[in-house]
Amino acid sequence: MKKILIVDDEPNIIMSLEFLMKKNGYEVFIARDGSEAITIVDQEVPQVVVLDIMMPKVDGYEVCEYIKKQKRLTTKVIFLSAKGKESDIRKGYDSGADFYMTKPFSTKVLVQKVNELTN
Amino acid sequence: MEIKGLVILFSFLYLGLLFAIAYWAEKNSQSKWVNNSYIYALSLAVYCTAWTYYGSVGRAADEGLDFLTTYIGPVLVSPLMWVLLRKIIRICKVQRITTIADFISARYGKDPFLGGLVTLVCVIGILPYISIQIKAISVSFSTLMGTEVIGREASFFDDTAFYITLFLSIFTVLFGARKVDANQANNGLIVAIAFESVFKLVAFLIVGLYVTFVIFGGFEDLFTQASALPDYAKLVTIDEKDGYANWMWLNLLSMMAILLLPRQFHMGVKENKDEQHLKKAMWLFPLYLLLINIFVIPIALGGNLLFQGQQVDTDTYVLAIPVSNGNSPLAMIAYLGGLSAATSMIIVSTTALAVMLGNSVFMPTIVRSKRLSTVFANNLSLILVRSRQAMILLIMLFAYLYFKNVSGQFSLISIGLISFAAVAQFAPAVLGGIYWKGATRHGAIAGIIIGFILWFYTLIVPTMINSSGTGSYILSDGLFGIALLRPQEFLGLTSLSYINIGVFWSLFFNVCTFFVVSVFSVRSTKETNQAEVFVDIFKYSMVYESSIVWKGTAYVEDIKSLISAFLGKERTERAFVKFIKNNNLDSRSAEADFRVVNYAEKLLAGAVGSASARALISTVVKEDHIDINEVFQILQESQRVISDNKELKQKSEELEIASAKLRKANRELTQLDKLKDEFISTVTHEMRTPITSIRAFSEILTDHTDLEPKERAHFLRTIISETERMERLINQVLDLEKMESGQLKMDLVPVQLNDIVKDAVNALEQLAKDKGIDLSVDLLNRLPPVQGNRDRLMQVLINLVSNAIKFCDPEKGVIVVSTSNSDGTAKLSVEDNGIGIPGESRKLIFEAFYQAKDQNLKKPGGSGLGLTICKKIIERHNGKIWVENNKTGGSVFTFSLPLSDLL
Repeated sequence: MKKILIVDDEPNIIMSLEFLMKKNGYEVFIARDGSEAITIVDQEVPQVVVLDIMMPKVDGYEVCEYIKKQKRLTTKVIFLSAKGKESDIRKGYDSGADFYMTKPFSTKVLVQKVNELTN
Repeated sequence: MEIKGLVILFSFLYLGLLFAIAYWAEKNSQSKWVNNSYIYALSLAVYCTAWTYYGSVGRAADEGLDFLTTYIGPVLVSPLMWVLLRKIIRICKVQRITTIADFISARYGKDPFLGGLVTLVCVIGILPYISIQIKAISVSFSTLMGTEVIGREASFFDDTAFYITLFLSIFTVLFGARKVDANQANNGLIVAIAFESVFKLVAFLIVGLYVTFVIFGGFEDLFTQASALPDYAKLVTIDEKDGYANWMWLNLLSMMAILLLPRQFHMGVKENKDEQHLKKAMWLFPLYLLLINIFVIPIALGGNLLFQGQQVDTDTYVLAIPVSNGNSPLAMIAYLGGLSAATSMIIVSTTALAVMLGNSVFMPTIVRSKRLSTVFANNLSLILVRSRQAMILLIMLFAYLYFKNVSGQFSLISIGLISFAAVAQFAPAVLGGIYWKGATRHGAIAGIIIGFILWFYTLIVPTMINSSGTGSYILSDGLFGIALLRPQEFLGLTSLSYINIGVFWSLFFNVCTFFVVSVFSVRSTKETNQAEVFVDIFKYSMVYESSIVWKGTAYVEDIKSLISAFLGKERTERAFVKFIKNNNLDSRSAEADFRVVNYAEKLLAGAVGSASARALISTVVKEDHIDINEVFQILQESQRVISDNKELKQKSEELEIASAKLRKANRELTQLDKLKDEFISTVTHEMRTPITSIRAFSEILTDHTDLEPKERAHFLRTIISETERMERLINQVLDLEKMESGQLKMDLVPVQLNDIVKDAVNALEQLAKDKGIDLSVDLLNRLPPVQGNRDRLMQVLINLVSNAIKFCDPEKGVIVVSTSNSDGTAKLSVEDNGIGIPGESRKLIFEAFYQAKDQNLKKPGGSGLGLTICKKIIERHNGKIWVENNKTGGSVFTFSLPLSDLL
């Protein structure tokens, strides 16, 4: 079973993502801020991370950079953020992201992208 | 003979020193020792002559206090210097006027006759005054020597005064009349006169101290002894019968003299370098007069005591006291002090009279005579200087002869006062001329002539009769036997002293004639123009060239060759180039602009006086007649230019201020714009969160029809709550917008804060209970009402308590709402036991959509706009809101509101 980590601080968004990923056969892990996310990445080594950017304590960019620095990891990163400016998106890809999606998002596109990246 | 040699040696040593100082000042004319306000103020003290030095003491010893009037008058007018003298100075600088004769002539249409008349009055009035200075030198010399004064039969070869006069003539020729342009500063003369002022003051003070403290035992001893003198009371009081009237007239006389005496005009106006120097002179000159008068009465009384029963001329006390006490060094100092007082007057008066004679009599005669002007055409400037120098020698000669033959019999003061009365005849023409545009040439001429005749009849005729002995019937019975025409009781006036009777009648008829004739006579255009310029000089002095009305044709070359005859080719060329450049005129134009003509006339006026300058210019200019209306039109034009300029300047200043305001507003707007951008981006960002959830769940519900009913209901409820969140956000944004733009009406009435707290707590009690939070209140009994809006305060309170519910300890929450009263305000606090707020964020937390510094980090459960709205509401209540952490780390939100009964 493929592992997926959902990182967001909005309970309702987490709830919807959790439902979607479970339905698509992923083992879902949840983190509510950046530091929690890093701990889970280290422990569980998920195949993919759906990452929010604006969070308390450690932000999404830092989490992504951390993941991409770990050579042993092949974890893919999808940003899912309300930040939609071009500069935000470029920064996301610069920090090593595999894909960047803005909120509100299409559930179909997200699921499709997650599947793509894990295959 | 040995003493005589010593005195002569010292006299000429002193004069040599004077010469050296003047020479040095001429060579170092840029030195700060030459160009300062002290030199100017001291040079005004040329007012104090031998009359002051010797005569005041004589007068005080014989008559008492009225010697003081000569000094009180100038002191009284000195505050007016800034108004009156500055105006005269400005007029003279603008029109290049150098003498009082030129001044009066220029004011009344540059009339040569008037200039000549004034010069005549001055010469007749001042010559005796100069001669008594020579007499003072001679008398002081013989007093020092202990010999008789040299009589009129003695040859002038034996007379030291003659040699001194000769020396002074040379000095004056060299330092007073060396320059063609009389407008150029005579630095040597000014500095030498200032030095003499200091010297005579110091010498007089030394004698005064010697008499008071060495011969007598101080002021008290001196006055105690003097009080035994038979005429003591008379000498130290003013005569009650006529004394006050005499006193007043003498004061008035000296007030006029200080302005109108040729030597005062010369030092005070012509040699003034900077109007600002007047400010120093205004206090320093009166102070000088005070100092030089301090010891007059002590010396006079001392002399009366020492020489009781002896025949000693009171005018010589200053010198006679040290001589009789055998103090030779002191006697020498006293003598030299008197010499300095006399010489300074002689030098300046002679210079002033010589320039006057040259510019107002000699030059106009040459210029107006066709024959003479062709004879002198090629070397007019040399003629001008030589004529002035010749005049100096002539005046000195006449003064000396007058002394030898006439003035021997008069006291210093009486001649001085008669001179004062002569120049006082100019007062109506001068003062009227600078303050009354209606004063006319005819008025001035008539007034001066009448005044002068009466002056001559009432003041000079009696002295002539007394000295010659013939015609004494005029004194006793009056001219033609008419008693009313007795000079010394003219028109039956007997209650004043004879000098004051003359002063009164001459001035009375002078003023009346001046006024009446002025009113009934017609002015020429030239006169009208000058009247405008003189009276409103401060308005015109900036644009003088263009304010002079002139119409005609002239050629630049003609004008230049005329001017170079006086000023030299090089200087003329320089002056023209500068003037044309400064006024942006066309330098190639052969025909002269009217401004060039006026400038040329002004240049000439400095050299030859206004009347001659006018005549000279008219020889090269074909002048058209201008009627009076044109004059006014052009004057109005130039005035309008000035006021336009002023308006323009004001406008541009206003513009500058406005653009500064605009820049500031723009800056603020840009900042506001940036804030607004941030606000919008934050608002939209905040909205994305609920929309994201709504969309996600809606898609899930659409795509997954197989959901369990429970799950489905949960998702639907989430959608609804997110929609509510969206709505709240929108309402908050709208609220805030209304408050920012001031649209939100907030009526403030007295309300009980405690009641609002109770209602708010009631509303939220259930929510708190559900979360296991202990919500309690701690209210101050009898809290005075505050000025507030109940609904809005409720909103604030609900917001604060809701936040507290969100952020208090998640396990065992405690919230306390309390009220208190201090410093005329009511306070309300909401305290929780959460983790508190870090110091740096405590202020920012009230900003819209505050987030911590790093834009990518989010504060826990960010409430968005709630606190911003609270802050706005409290501010609209004139209150304050802030947050701090309590001892256990929880946050305390407090707001304070003014009590309603204090408003």
